Amino acid sequence: MSDAPSAPGALPAAHMEPGHGDHGNGHGDGHGHGDHAVAELPHASARDYAIGFVASVILTAIPFWLVMSGTFSAAVTGGIITVFAVVQIVVHMVYFLHMSPKAEGGWSLSSLVFTVIVVVIMLAGSLWVMSHLNANMMPGGHIGEAAQLP
Amino acid sequence: MTTIATSAGIVSDQPQNPEDAPPSFYDLEEHAHPEGYSTMLGFWIYLMSDCLIFAILFACYGVLGGNLAAGPGPRDLFELPLIALNTAMLLFSSMTYGFAMLSMQRGNVRGTQAWLLVTGLFGLCFLGIELYEFSHLIHIGAGPQRSAFLSAFFTLVGTHGLHVTFGIVWLVTLVVQLGRKGLIPANQRRVACLSMFWHFLDVIWIGVFTVVYLMGMLR
Repeated sequence: MSDAPSAPGALPAAHMEPGHGDHGNGHGDGHGHGDHAVAELPHASARDYAIGFVASVILTAIPFWLVMSGTFSAAVTGGIITVFAVVQIVVHMVYFLHMSPKAEGGWSLSSLVFTVIVVVIMLAGSLWVMSHLNANMMPGGHIGEAAQLP
Repeated sequence: MTTIATSAGIVSDQPQNPEDAPPSFYDLEEHAHPEGYSTMLGFWIYLMSDCLIFAILFACYGVLGGNLAAGPGPRDLFELPLIALNTAMLLFSSMTYGFAMLSMQRGNVRGTQAWLLVTGLFGLCFLGIELYEFSHLIHIGAGPQRSAFLSAFFTLVGTHGLHVTFGIVWLVTLVVQLGRKGLIPANQRRVACLSMFWHFLDVIWIGVFTVVYLMGMLR
């Protein structure tokens, strides 16, 4: 990841003009922007992509193998592949999308945290409420697919 | 309070008569911004809103995914080897897009264009496999109108495929623009935005293959 020393209020210092690789020319104007001809883009490194790719291949292959081979019971496999998916999403965020607490002065991360909170509330709430509706509307609780025939 | 604000540099642009001017804690005047200085953040926020769209579709699938209407279920329909191949295509395309970004940082226009085109080819492979799967499903009578499960499935996976389609259109446009204008700052910004879009689609696909395909086979 970018390890450039960041001046207070500075955007992540990574210029992308070709052949202009010096990091961290801090601008102490307290605004962080204002005297830049070129907007600053996140800096990518070959090492980041290599780590991200290898980790993703492993984190994808293992869930597929677990499900196709049926080594564990369905419940255990479901739990494991959920954990693998969450880890792989974090790997993609960090190594491919260059997410870090310093990206865009922290605004990327705060908007991401807000989105994740909304998504979790919505997903968990929808599944919870609708499963309760199903349980309460049907005589005898959970019954099979035949009850849902039109 | 005034001294604190001054030492933080917030009112440093104000006239130098602190007893007249009230303390200011935010910028009242518009000052010059370089072109595109907030594009990356703005595009990120667009991606977050896109994330909400997919969250809604995932929620629909989660609620409706068990309503088979006595039709075929995931176990009868999905072929995991095909999905694994599809996942590999998208993962390779993420990697080759990384190479495109690295070429761009080195100032290599031809390399950037070449890696973008390779990325587009992997994207097309992904779309081809997905369209084959869809046509196969519709052919055997498991189209979106068959059951609530299949409606939710086609909507979720189809929306992802539509995003990939538009990503490829954007990618081809960028290759042409790079050929005409080279690696000007605006084009660098566009390539970086498409990079975020492309990797974001790969993140969504992680959710799709885990929740829809792998979890479906476990039911």
